Amino acid sequence: MTITVKLFAQYREGRFKEEQRAYPEGTCAKEVVTELGIYEGRFPLGVLMLNGRHQPEEVELEEGDILSLFPKVGGG
Amino acid sequence: MADQIYRVNMSTLTFTVEEVPTAWMGLGGRGLTSTIVAAEVDPECHPLGPNNKLVFAPGLLSGTAAANSGRNSCGAKSPLTGGIKESNVGGTSAGIMAKLGVKALIIEGQPTEGKFYHLHVSKEKVEIVEAPELVGKDNYEVLDAMLEKYDKKVAVMSIGRPGEMRMLLSNISVKDPKGKLRSHGRGGMGAVMGSKGIKCITVDAESYKETTLADPEKFKEASKVFTQALKDNPISGEGLPAFGTNVLVNIINEAGGLPTRNFREGQFEFAENICGETMAENIKARGGDTTHGCHAGCVIQCSQTYNDKEGNYLTSGFEYEMIWAYGANLGIKDLDVIAKIDALMDDLGVDAIETGNTLAMAVDAGILAYGDGAKAYELIANDIAKGTFLGRILGGGVGNFAKLYGMVRVPVVKNQSIPAYDPRAIKGQGVTYATSTMGADHTAGYAVATNILNSGGHIDPLTKEGQVALARNLQIATAAVDSTGMCIFVAFPALDDPKCLPALIDMINARFGVSLTGDDVVNLGKNILKLERAFNQRAGLTSADDRLPEFMKYEALPPHNALWDFTNEEIDAFWDF
Repeated sequence: MTITVKLFAQYREGRFKEEQRAYPEGTCAKEVVTELGIYEGRFPLGVLMLNGRHQPEEVELEEGDILSLFPKVGGG
Repeated sequence: MADQIYRVNMSTLTFTVEEVPTAWMGLGGRGLTSTIVAAEVDPECHPLGPNNKLVFAPGLLSGTAAANSGRNSCGAKSPLTGGIKESNVGGTSAGIMAKLGVKALIIEGQPTEGKFYHLHVSKEKVEIVEAPELVGKDNYEVLDAMLEKYDKKVAVMSIGRPGEMRMLLSNISVKDPKGKLRSHGRGGMGAVMGSKGIKCITVDAESYKETTLADPEKFKEASKVFTQALKDNPISGEGLPAFGTNVLVNIINEAGGLPTRNFREGQFEFAENICGETMAENIKARGGDTTHGCHAGCVIQCSQTYNDKEGNYLTSGFEYEMIWAYGANLGIKDLDVIAKIDALMDDLGVDAIETGNTLAMAVDAGILAYGDGAKAYELIANDIAKGTFLGRILGGGVGNFAKLYGMVRVPVVKNQSIPAYDPRAIKGQGVTYATSTMGADHTAGYAVATNILNSGGHIDPLTKEGQVALARNLQIATAAVDSTGMCIFVAFPALDDPKCLPALIDMINARFGVSLTGDDVVNLGKNILKLERAFNQRAGLTSADDRLPEFMKYEALPPHNALWDFTNEEIDAFWDF
């Protein structure tokens, strides 16, 4: 299945802004985060959204999903 | 010497320096401005008449070495909302006023129509000088004239032409450490200053002393812990300095809560053009500065200097609300065009949120098209600045513009326009907009933190569950923090780092030799909200004013097709404390 992965803020450094990526059926968001090396990085996972909704890392992905990953960000 | 109250009467052109009444001793910032306004201003007075008062008060920790303590509060009855207003600002005024021992500066009365004055505040003295040469000038020209006249360190607060004309979207501009401008942005405080016949206020830095500390050792220790908490937090320590407040464009857009084309959609297709990541890339490529503090002692440094493609200065203090208002909400997809408008608005002294939202209303009225940055610039520079008929109509802000053009979709609460988070898709923030004593104000209780940013836990932004309690707790805490002189971004470490708030309270205790507890601080916040609400009620505002715009109940916001679905009873329960 094809998933759109969007990265923001420091996660873009050395990676990408947005990519269509292929994963086997049944892949969960956590596997994508792991594959991208985010857990080993300096910036822990802040916010995970699937199709614009906050979800736990364990959420299972489906064809055409948009997965957005953010380190902790804020402003106001 | 103990702090004092400086009082200026613009009817008689006289001043007095008074002892601080016991009841005001433990107050600063918003707690003090709101207490003074509630005690001394007739809630039924005309906000632009002789019976309103304009009050400035630095925070409890302003003027000390405490990190991020340089916020100055400005209070009055607001001509925009008709209720009480506190608007706080960075810049140099809080620190200098506090070091001079000015607990509060109260300006009352009104001079002969059409005359404008310059107030110069120094040790136990206020000179009130007529300043015809400054009339019709905008902020940077006034700032230059003052810096030429005085030591470079002098604090300057001024209004541009829109403030002189008492426009409801005018603000009070304050010199920052780099000689640029920050603003007491919201609620038409520039109009109040204009109505007092005051073009600018300078505060003398030459004779200032260091603020006294009751327990310097304890203060130093607490200050160290507090500063470390700010630096260790990923938002205040990493995200804000790297990308500025504008880092929010992408996350609010992804969540479907970025008000687009006058609150019609929750996502802007050109968000990437205007986001914080793009801004940071531009700054890196063009020169400029991604880290800049709005006041001395700031360790977060979320502000910046933004240059054009040739490397020439365009603007500074280029914030999320501004970029949203002209980007997503007015449809301008070129960050440089937005930057030029930002610089113009700094010079004129108009509120980015109220002005941007009013121009979005002007699109609906057929005056300009979405994305037409050149026309937007021209409407501000030629109409608002010069006070043409159209400029006066725009200058009245969203609510008044809507009435005159017969419009139904009016994104205001208590006549103050809604900032950069759509309440239908970020419901906790909607509760703050509805219930805040200030009108629609994101800073009054920033539920975005917990709804979107996962700060202080997480509450689903699209459901009602837990939102009223969240907005209540945040507003109580914010009213207290707004009294300390602290930047509101200390909320991020305060929400997630248990060392942060106790260190803040320890600093207040060490400064004044008191022994406040966490409960005392919560009670302070509650008392401020209650006294502000009581003022509003005496001014004629009721729970019917604690409501979001009606169209948000029946016009669904894409992509989540969210509606505002709280009952009146649910909203009114906010005040059960």
